[in-house]
Amino acid sequence: MILIHCPYCEEDRPEVEFTYGGEAHIARPLDPSALTDSEWEGYLYIRSNTRGLHAERWRHAHGCARFFNAVRDTVSDRFEVTYKTGEARPARITQTGGAA
Amino acid sequence: MKRFSGLNLIAEAMNGHKGWPEHWPEKAPKPAYDVIIIGGGGHGLGAAYYLAAKYGITNVAVIEKGWIGGGNGGRNTTIIRSNYLYDESAHLYDHAVKMWDGLSQELNYNVMYSKRGVLMLAHNVHDIQSFKRHIHANRLNGVDNEWLTPEECKAYCPPLDISPNARHPVLGGALQRRGGTARHDTVIWGYARGAVARGVDIIQNCAVTGIRRGPDGAVLGVDTEKGFIGAKKIGVSAAGNTSVVMDMAGLRFPLESYPLQALVSEPVKPIFPCVVMSNTVHAYISQSDKGELVIGAGTDQYVSYSQRGALHIIEHTLAAICEIFPIFTRMRMLRSWGGIVDVTPDRSPILGKTPVPGLYVNCGWGTGGFKATPGAADLLAYTIAHDAPNAINAAFNLDRFRTGRFIDEAAAAAVAH
Repeated sequence: MILIHCPYCEEDRPEVEFTYGGEAHIARPLDPSALTDSEWEGYLYIRSNTRGLHAERWRHAHGCARFFNAVRDTVSDRFEVTYKTGEARPARITQTGGAA
Repeated sequence: MKRFSGLNLIAEAMNGHKGWPEHWPEKAPKPAYDVIIIGGGGHGLGAAYYLAAKYGITNVAVIEKGWIGGGNGGRNTTIIRSNYLYDESAHLYDHAVKMWDGLSQELNYNVMYSKRGVLMLAHNVHDIQSFKRHIHANRLNGVDNEWLTPEECKAYCPPLDISPNARHPVLGGALQRRGGTARHDTVIWGYARGAVARGVDIIQNCAVTGIRRGPDGAVLGVDTEKGFIGAKKIGVSAAGNTSVVMDMAGLRFPLESYPLQALVSEPVKPIFPCVVMSNTVHAYISQSDKGELVIGAGTDQYVSYSQRGALHIIEHTLAAICEIFPIFTRMRMLRSWGGIVDVTPDRSPILGKTPVPGLYVNCGWGTGGFKATPGAADLLAYTIAHDAPNAINAAFNLDRFRTGRFIDEAAAAAVAH
């Protein structure tokens, strides 16, 4: 079982305590009524579905219950880094792991 | 292609079986083809087969990054059915079920299609209402589906526990008698052999690394690990890796890829005569002709290309099976595996043209692609050959995520595929 580091609890906890929340950093449009159909499609349905490093939301459902973000390698399922909601995606995450 | 027949078998027996040719000999790619299919799974090989056999385009290559039979074609639970709610889906999936009939004869290869029936169990009032609605919708579309009482379910599938105090009481079931299973490997092998016999080149262990486009935007060919290969038309049938391939053409797709796990038990004598699915408990089970119980359920929760999944998902699956079939609580599991499935927002596939001229796509089958293999292959071949979709797959276009014209099988509670 994968251990996930919750940035709020500051603990490595087993995967079953967490729920997945989809791709991270998809901001809700500020002026929804101004969007075209294509823009709505992009916001609602188009996903990067990255093979490699993927920024995504997780929720520590059976812990502090808070949402946070993670960068995970979708080929190895290895978590590279987790960070708090509202923080920017760490700029330099290398394939070998860890924030450089 | 040397046909499999009684006469040839006897002749080869005299000869020590030395005269059988390779199904798909190793091929170096030609500089260019009329059509390239990216992805050598059942759907891709089948598309190449139908392009050659049905639509008269034989200058075709199938390019596969792994080895033939190593992808989702070898990682599924072999279930075939077409009892989908919406008209478009019923026509699409039933097109495939009709083609499963006679596929062994067409390919001269025994795909072991067994119409043993798919029984979907109802455990609560909502299930009953939902399944009866499905049954009526199916019958209006000419798809067989019938309601069974608990006693009839028990008669059809004797290992079922229908006692009222069962953990999940069986209140009835929807049975599609034409549903069943097929032997997954032979589908792949049969299409590959049939395609090669009609002039198709199969190039395996050769990843596509780029899609080249001309000044007008139309495709020119693909860059691969074995160099550039030209093509006027490209069909993408890459399942879980579709987003990766489409990215090479500058397209972003409404897809997410998840691992879908399945597992088999040690082989036992015949005990389980059909396929049973339970959407409420969320698991499905059948018995292969080898005797293994074949068990599956839902996907893992996060996007992944790892071709394996988490153990607690399997644990949940087996718990569900043991709750419905206490008889299997002491069965030992032999092996488990994961395949990467590409899931669309409405849980229906995307099968048609793309915004890039000469680029066609067959993807988004999610957790239910195996059953559609012949139909999806035929329709992708049709769409490529005619540069326009068939009436059956016209609704399964990419535009629906912009227009909102969904085929929302996800909302139709078709949870388990």
